[in-house]
Amino acid sequence: MISGGIRPKGSKGIVRALGAGALGLIGMGLFGSTVLANPEPGQLNLTPGVTTYSHVPYMLNNVALGVCVVIGILVFGAMFIAMFRFRKSRGAVAEKWSHNTTVEIIWTVIPIIILITLAWLATDGLRQFSDTTGAQMTVKVTGYQWKWRYDYVDYQGKAISNVGFMSKLDDQSNATRQLNSGLDPYAVKVGDENVYLLNVDKPLVVPVDTKIRFVITADDVIHSWFIPALGWKMDAIPGVVNATWTNIQVPGVYRGQCAELCGQDHGFMPIVVKAVSKEDFAKWLADQQKSVAPAAAPAPASTAAAPAQATAQVAPAHGAQG
Amino acid sequence: MAHEAAHDHHDEHHDHHEHQNFFQRWVMSTNHKDIGTLYLVFSLLMFFIGGSFAMVIRAELFKPGMQLVQPYFFNEMTTMHALVMIFGAVMPAFVGLGNWMIPMMVGAPDMALPRMNNLSFWILPFAFALLLSTLFLPGGGPAGGWTMYPPLSLQSASLAYVVFAVHLMGISSIMGAINIIATILNMRAPGMDLLKMPVFVWSWLITAFLLIAVMPVLAGAVTMLLTDKYFNTHFFDAAGGGDPVLFQHVFWFFGHPEVYIMILPAFGIISEIIPTFSRKSIFGYKAMVFAIASIAFLSFIVWAHHMFAVGLPLGAEIFFMYATMLIAVPTGVKVFNWVATMWGGSMTFETPMLFAVAFVILFTIGGFSGLMLALVPADFQYHDTYFVVAHFHYVLVTGAIFAIMAATYYWIPKWTGNMYSEFWGKVHFWNSVIWVNVLFFPQHFLGLAGMPRRIPDYNVAFANFNMISSIGGFLFGASQLIFLGVIIHCVWFSKKKATDRVWEGAKGLEWTLSSPPPHHSFTIAPVIHDDELAHGHTED
Repeated sequence: MISGGIRPKGSKGIVRALGAGALGLIGMGLFGSTVLANPEPGQLNLTPGVTTYSHVPYMLNNVALGVCVVIGILVFGAMFIAMFRFRKSRGAVAEKWSHNTTVEIIWTVIPIIILITLAWLATDGLRQFSDTTGAQMTVKVTGYQWKWRYDYVDYQGKAISNVGFMSKLDDQSNATRQLNSGLDPYAVKVGDENVYLLNVDKPLVVPVDTKIRFVITADDVIHSWFIPALGWKMDAIPGVVNATWTNIQVPGVYRGQCAELCGQDHGFMPIVVKAVSKEDFAKWLADQQKSVAPAAAPAPASTAAAPAQATAQVAPAHGAQG
Repeated sequence: MAHEAAHDHHDEHHDHHEHQNFFQRWVMSTNHKDIGTLYLVFSLLMFFIGGSFAMVIRAELFKPGMQLVQPYFFNEMTTMHALVMIFGAVMPAFVGLGNWMIPMMVGAPDMALPRMNNLSFWILPFAFALLLSTLFLPGGGPAGGWTMYPPLSLQSASLAYVVFAVHLMGISSIMGAINIIATILNMRAPGMDLLKMPVFVWSWLITAFLLIAVMPVLAGAVTMLLTDKYFNTHFFDAAGGGDPVLFQHVFWFFGHPEVYIMILPAFGIISEIIPTFSRKSIFGYKAMVFAIASIAFLSFIVWAHHMFAVGLPLGAEIFFMYATMLIAVPTGVKVFNWVATMWGGSMTFETPMLFAVAFVILFTIGGFSGLMLALVPADFQYHDTYFVVAHFHYVLVTGAIFAIMAATYYWIPKWTGNMYSEFWGKVHFWNSVIWVNVLFFPQHFLGLAGMPRRIPDYNVAFANFNMISSIGGFLFGASQLIFLGVIIHCVWFSKKKATDRVWEGAKGLEWTLSSPPPHHSFTIAPVIHDDELAHGHTED
């Protein structure tokens, strides 16, 4: 006949084994990722990203996951022990108690402390993200059904009035994705990297080591601009301008997708950002400006979104479509 | 009470009821047991229909490339899968369980408003016939997601049908909720104090208030969609002075309490089953009731956590983050109390207990991903990816659906008087729990790797986990046919009779009735002995 209460002798081995398993899981999460620019097959965790901000969601994710794994081991461990020890078939006789004030206070207060800690970490990260001031560059992003438009608004204090273009799914991906096309998604590559549904005809080119402010809107329905390597996404909403920022530290090509259901080709309007050195960017920008005749392409978004301290929505005045 | 005299008369004239023909008994019912059965049968049918839409989704997502359906039809499938499962499977199942059990648990002869009860049910087949018919109309069914965000949802040709169907479902839920509150507050037998009621009854009392509070809000939101599309209003159109984000606020003010509507009765069910099979009283009865009430209250102030990426002001993001994290506290208390109920008990593991234990473990995993989602900077990566899909399927499938299955195994011997096949129940359980994890756990990884939601095709980096998930989906779906078989066998073919008490550790008024109970039970209020109740002693 087994009575209730915790018996340390038998359970130590179980606790050790479970602890090792937990560390292994956490290790996989924390150390199993080099800087991933774009999804890797079998990827298990977030990418730490390539910007001055992207480590924030990465760290929060890992800390929260670690907390949850520990709590899970404790709770599920207790359940499995109970299911083994307190079976009727093992002769267990049920206890009569159904409350214990001390224990109840402990397991209410400890979670509150854990939550306050997580909240403190997250609030700091959020404050960092919301400060879009001090940018050296502004890019306007507009979502369409089913492609993106990028307009360069200003760079290093100088307004840019004639560099803007549409960016849509590349032709090879588009042909392959047709129903029963017979074409192989595994064959859509740039070099060694498979870019099926993650490639565009004209990527957004930006300089590294530059705080870039994005002003994001849409022309028809709600879309969302999302690149995992940058560490965030922001909805593109018709009639609304959302402001965010990034500062890419590592040159490279970063790929993302639309992240808000926007109709039939929601899965087929990817995003590609090519981050180059400041010199290369300056040259590229000069080339773009030379090859386009000066056109009146005012960017009302830059004046409307100027005082943005937070990622506030700013509705353009006079009903101008974003 | 005047009712007693009238019902006495009926009770002595049993034969009178065997003269009810099929139409009178099933279409014109005023009996909580029959209406409960109608809801449960309807819900099971909708579960298979919604499940077949999911099979189309997982079949297309089995490999990269488009093999089976056009992208627009795929969007119709994701939209209809959710609408059918939420409004056709989960909610009606809980209403059916409530209808069957609440009067018996509180010693009442029936629900407070039996005829309105019947209307509440019969609205549903019409509402779903309307909704499902859109799949066959020119322009197809709704394809803007079950969340129906404008401006996209306004592009749908079938918007008017969907809005009308949603209104019908809402009316059904509101009337049902009124019935539940009136029954619980007014028709308990003498001696059935509120704090002696089963936790399941408490969970439904609180859920009913949530329903009355938020279903009208959904009705308002979809009506504004209707007028924006057809009557030249501009609620959600910036060029006309409106704001697409307004819809999201109104919708999620309904939507967040809605997900708690879908889980609180499940909490109640688990709080009935675990004590029975542990042969031990629920740990912390009052704390459990208070936790349900706290969760219900908090559910009203967290809605914008579904909108963290729309561009909310910093203060709003911080407030909603903190409020969302707070819900973890009462929910955690409930999980700890269930474990503490098991601890020190004398447990056996029949099928209802297996599903209940799986609920506690797997719902908690869903809760963990929910906590991660609450952290706004992390949510900027998770939002609208498969990480969210994994989260809500853990809490809804291994949460709500497993609780409904647990309740079915637990109470079907009482309803039918027959024992179900314990062997096949266990086969159903083990298949379900294994394949559901194969189906949904890899989706966490897909979301973390950046795979967005609601896409019919994907980059090859996502291929492995999608294939694993689809295999899990097909096998999980197939396993539910075992459930159907167990039910059919139990109702019509089982030779094993159930006792009144059915389960050795079961306590409560419902177990004092015969199995099956009389068509009209407690026509005379029962005399309540506190020792026979699960919570007759209110020290805790």
